[in-house]
Amino acid sequence: MENLAISPPVLTTGKQKIALLLAGLGVVLLLLVWAAKNAFAPAPVLLASLGLMTAGVALYIREAYLHQPEGIKNNGVWFRSLSARGVWAWLAAIVITGFYTVLYFCPANWLVGLTDLFTPLSVLMRGSAADKWFVYGALYTFSVLVLGVKFMYKYRHNRYQLLRTVSVMFFQTGFSFLIPVFMQMMQQPEYYFTYFWPLKDYYGSPGAVQYYGQATSISVYFIAFSALMTLVGTPVLTYFFGKRWYCSWVCGCGGLAETAGDPFRHLSDKSLKAWQIERWMIHLVLVAVTLMTLLLWANSYYQGGVLGSFSQTYSTAYGYLIGMAFSGVVGVGFYPLMGSRVWCRFGCPQAAILGIFQKKKSKFRITSNGGQCISCGNCSTYCEMGIDVRAYAQKGQDVLRASCVGCGICAAVCPRGVLRLEGAAEDMERRAEKTRAVHVKWEEVKML
Amino acid sequence: MHIVILGNGISGVTCARFLRKHSDHAITLVSDESDEFFSRTALMYIYMGHLREQDTRPYEPWFWQKNRIERLRARIERIDFQEKKLVAADGQTIRYDTLVLALGSQPNRFGWPGQQLDGVQGLYHLQDLHAMERHSAGLQRAVITGGGLIGVEMAEMFHSRGIPVTFLVREREFWGNVLPPEEAAMVSRHLREYHIDLRLETELKEILPDATGKKCGAVVTSHGETIACGFVGLTVGVSPNIGFLQNTVLETGRGILVNEHLQTSVADVYAIGDCAELRQAPPGRRAIEAIWYTGRMMGETAACNIVNAARGARPIAYEPGIWFNSAKFFDIEYQVYGDIRPQLPENQADIYWEHPAGKKSIRLRYERESGAVKGFNLMGLRYRHEVCEQWIRTNTPVETVLQQLGLANFDPEFSHQYESEVLAVYCRQTGKTLTLQQGRGLPGVLRFLSSLTQQQR
Repeated sequence: MENLAISPPVLTTGKQKIALLLAGLGVVLLLLVWAAKNAFAPAPVLLASLGLMTAGVALYIREAYLHQPEGIKNNGVWFRSLSARGVWAWLAAIVITGFYTVLYFCPANWLVGLTDLFTPLSVLMRGSAADKWFVYGALYTFSVLVLGVKFMYKYRHNRYQLLRTVSVMFFQTGFSFLIPVFMQMMQQPEYYFTYFWPLKDYYGSPGAVQYYGQATSISVYFIAFSALMTLVGTPVLTYFFGKRWYCSWVCGCGGLAETAGDPFRHLSDKSLKAWQIERWMIHLVLVAVTLMTLLLWANSYYQGGVLGSFSQTYSTAYGYLIGMAFSGVVGVGFYPLMGSRVWCRFGCPQAAILGIFQKKKSKFRITSNGGQCISCGNCSTYCEMGIDVRAYAQKGQDVLRASCVGCGICAAVCPRGVLRLEGAAEDMERRAEKTRAVHVKWEEVKML
Repeated sequence: MHIVILGNGISGVTCARFLRKHSDHAITLVSDESDEFFSRTALMYIYMGHLREQDTRPYEPWFWQKNRIERLRARIERIDFQEKKLVAADGQTIRYDTLVLALGSQPNRFGWPGQQLDGVQGLYHLQDLHAMERHSAGLQRAVITGGGLIGVEMAEMFHSRGIPVTFLVREREFWGNVLPPEEAAMVSRHLREYHIDLRLETELKEILPDATGKKCGAVVTSHGETIACGFVGLTVGVSPNIGFLQNTVLETGRGILVNEHLQTSVADVYAIGDCAELRQAPPGRRAIEAIWYTGRMMGETAACNIVNAARGARPIAYEPGIWFNSAKFFDIEYQVYGDIRPQLPENQADIYWEHPAGKKSIRLRYERESGAVKGFNLMGLRYRHEVCEQWIRTNTPVETVLQQLGLANFDPEFSHQYESEVLAVYCRQTGKTLTLQQGRGLPGVLRFLSSLTQQQR
């Protein structure tokens, strides 16, 4: 095979490089404060850091999108170091993985520089000093917002993408950041209205029922809402809209993947092998979390008489392995290497359940437009979930896959208008028929 | 039975797939171009960095083993139709019982002075892409001649690398021999928005060498202007790639002549795709149609006929059905269903709506007398293939189509809908008052399509 990358094309203009430099300086400033374990002037330094990142992204938007007509902006994706697993990608992966490792597994004083840095903001918002989770929530929300705006400019010709992105930005900011902070100020327990069992496995445990049942006068309604969403909301909403109502419109993990993770979506593995591994892994995690919840309830029922400390040990191990190492460290840290949905695709038990509903009982599908597919591969390449969309589209078959989060990018990047996300109950039993776009009717031929 | 398919493009591969689906014969796919089947239409995306070469391959390596399709990389130089064998450049021979010729095309060269110079090429084969890549290093300007689909692809490719492009187009507007004037003008505007130096009503006269005398250095246009450039893209159409079949028993015209069953003049030899020339083209169609979709249909038809011949069943005729095609001009998508010629025929009328921003349009064409809808031309918008096809096939009156136009809408959810604007154009033209009766969405479409199937039964 001849090497195609003979002439490194002009990919990044001078101004784009300045933009990346500005944003990079903001990140470096954060890392410096972290390393120094000392936020000497927290408020101005934090403002400077976030300001540099925002300015960098704003300049990038101006240069890369606003100076170009509206349309798909994938030029050079496979040539750039950061988006094609080059040196910058590895560097980013190491920094993010390192940050998450420290966040989850190291003593709190390892992050003292950063918590100090965010304390003025924390005091302003909730009247107390920042802890590492406040830092994490603030940075996470900041990323979703700033890179969400970037995403919106990138896809500004597509209203589905705009609305979906406003939605994830809204749910992240409101329900995963501001409301929990506000509730703490109101002396209410910490609670997230947008996470349910089994993703938030705690909400299905006897400990949570006991805690929220009596924490405050209204907290019992929180846990009741959780149960309602798990048992009724999830299947009903998925029946009408597919799993996208959650995964690419509401969920915080999805929110980060769709905004900060967008430049890495093409890195997901599309092979059949990867799909086989995915099905095993995600369903094993679902089994593991279900078993854990059952054990916790059994233990609570027998008052610890039968299981001893086993269920608690199991639960702690699950928390470390799945909740922290998988969903956090790998889930986000591997963005620049394996794409933005590693956790959602291979691990998330919520995605597993939504996927089962989507596959078995949902109106949602991606329809293929007759015979218009040219098998180019843009849809498959830009599918963050690693679905080989083309395999369906080139047969004129509707795409009906448990893992599809309904981001709609396959339809957006299709150069021939072949794909559409939509739903109908009418032909549910025939909707993934394989013979849709067959030109010759072989059955009739055989009768000759 | 051993079936050899010469050419692993969309026609050959489709033929191989359907042969395997419906038979147990030994199948060998032979290609000189590449080990792997790839989407030819996606070559531009490799150059632009949207895709890697492997991303343009629709099937993983296991697919060929699983389906027992042998693949052979060889350059076939001679076919012995008498002995039923292929002779490769390296001397090896391959015997066949049935042969399928899916040879594809080659870019046209019309004998311009200097056309043999280095840096002068078309874009069809994988090797053309690699050559383009080699010539791109340090390239100051590319000149492209030929206002068709490959030309605009090449322009977009160079633009993605920041290489200035001069685009010579013979017609009054881009692709003016296919697109009606309004759509053609829209594409021309869009090309200029991307700073493509578009020279309409301008032809290539001569290619001049650079100082080395081996590489192209400039072109001279029909207006006598000399434009310095390090690359000349020849995109003035393609011709069947049948050079090595001249002076054989196989009857050829511009392409390999085939009957409606895609059989050539030699028994047990079929020709499909770009290289096939129909002795009798279906009404309104051309004898050679070098497009992806017809290649795919021919591959399937030939497979059916080969399987049938082995079983002693009657062959079926190649029926391309109602014309459709699509393309993308930089950011503007294009779809066509049915018969839309650049000039409006006497007995037909148009309903044309264009978005004020000038990047979207809808054209419906119908017969004045009967009102039957004949075709749809979409720019920057997506319509449903099956729905448009049904309307055209059943000669649906244009007023019914207009009132149900939502059925055709295939744009993403939440996107603006323009059915009422199209309807308003018709009402203004005719003074009639009609109202929309059908919104966008799949449930209505499924009801519409299934009710038609029931009527047909």
